Amino acid sequence: MTALADMTDTGKLATYNFAYLDEQTKRMIRRAILKGIAIPGYQVPFASREMPMPYGWGTGGVQVTAAIIGPDDVLKVIDQGADDTTNAVSIRAFFAKTAGVETTTATAEASIIQTRHRIPEMPLTEGQVLVYQVPIPEPLRFLEPRETETRKMHALEEYGLMHVKLYEDIARNGHIATTYAYPVKVEGRYVMDPSPTPKFDNPKMHRSEALQLFGAGREKRIYAIPPHTEVVSLDFEDHPFEVQHFDQPCALCGGEQVYLDEVVLDDRGGRMFVCSDTDHCENRCAAGHRGELAGDDLFDGKDKGVETEAST
Amino acid sequence: MQAATSHSIAYQGEFSDPVRGAQSVFRAVMDATARPGSIHQLADLCTPPAPLTASAAAIIATLADAETPVWLDSALARSEAVRDWIVFHTGAPVTVHQDEASFALVAAPQSLAALNGFSLGTQEYPDRSTTLILQVSDLTKGAALVLEGPGVNGTASIAPSPMPLHFAAQWRDNRAGFPRGVDLILAGPGCVAALPRTTRLAQREA
Ligand SMILES: [Zn+2]
Repeated sequence: MTALADMTDTGKLATYNFAYLDEQTKRMIRRAILKGIAIPGYQVPFASREMPMPYGWGTGGVQVTAAIIGPDDVLKVIDQGADDTTNAVSIRAFFAKTAGVETTTATAEASIIQTRHRIPEMPLTEGQVLVYQVPIPEPLRFLEPRETETRKMHALEEYGLMHVKLYEDIARNGHIATTYAYPVKVEGRYVMDPSPTPKFDNPKMHRSEALQLFGAGREKRIYAIPPHTEVVSLDFEDHPFEVQHFDQPCALCGGEQVYLDEVVLDDRGGRMFVCSDTDHCENRCAAGHRGELAGDDLFDGKDKGVETEAST
Repeated sequence: MQAATSHSIAYQGEFSDPVRGAQSVFRAVMDATARPGSIHQLADLCTPPAPLTASAAAIIATLADAETPVWLDSALARSEAVRDWIVFHTGAPVTVHQDEASFALVAAPQSLAALNGFSLGTQEYPDRSTTLILQVSDLTKGAALVLEGPGVNGTASIAPSPMPLHFAAQWRDNRAGFPRGVDLILAGPGCVAALPRTTRLAQREA
């Protein structure tokens, strides 16, 4: 935190490397990225470096972005779908400072999108790269803590335990209770952790036009899904995979079939559901869409653009 | 005099801007690997001694270092200047053992008889495999390959030349060993394409 704050506050571009990492580190990460793309869903070990921010801030994603970013890139950073959290703002500032790149909050304008916990609602396009910050890359970790064993299980394609775990869920709850980091199978081979995105986003990974790269800093793993690659959420014939459904549309933009966050409005139990993807919500509002609470006095500014535009 | 000439060549011909050059060449190789069959221009090139080409030199300068042994085919290994250039600009050790190589540089792909002599990685660590950089004279005028697999929307086509002997059969064997296998980077004049191990050659109609 302190180091990052120092770096983004003082203008000493000349004293550190382009995109912060030294060339040897970038080269090592670049080699791991190429292997990851060639073996979709397989976790490539890499020698993760200390970064001037805590692990919880997505140092794996930051290292992947640092290894691929160039002066012509336009970078977007989201945290839980929002561009304006401390984490997202700091990472954007970090690359604006160390790589001199242009940044944006508009999904359509970004060439690289680094994300924690969401995939944008707008379908990504060819040429875009989505970089995920991953805390725990091993989907089998909670079934088998030993890395030597999980590596063997991946090598032998021995994923029975994972199905047992999901089926126990069904036995206990009547449905698969896992809602985040819901495991997927990539191109019919590797079972992969999609990072703690809501399972709502899993279908967006399937045959995406964009290249998806995953970086786990503390766990020292990089993995990838090339564009147009089959990504299937694990399920059972009698309990097929389903995404979350929301009972009402976004209170601000009226959007449906989007992932909503609950926002508490007051201390009397008032609350509303709004798009977690703030850029998507702003675009819809700008296009004239209105939810039932748009412009309502109770709402005091998750999204300033909406507040100034909306009229009652 | 011969040695002096060789050495003066070895110390020259790197990227004019190493940081920027490596980034732009890497992005071209990454995009090529992510979208098999797509051809990407290399904006920054090196000027190595022959028969190492400007494209292959830019790619090896971008990816290799002291941690990645490089194997040279006989056309390249015969040139002391080429060997010196690689060692000076990348720090990579040159190995004569195919199965120890992280990268293989191939000036004469048509002479490459056995892809499976290189490191294919292991079942547990399939990433510990050789990446071959093939110097090709063309990416569009050789025999057409129809590609399928991850990164390809339906099918894609590419026509590199020259390619290894009995390439279709060799590549089928390479694909059959997945997740083990080698990956190919095709270094054409000023451009690059790639065939990662996931790529399948579609059956041509007779
Ligand atoms: Zn909305």
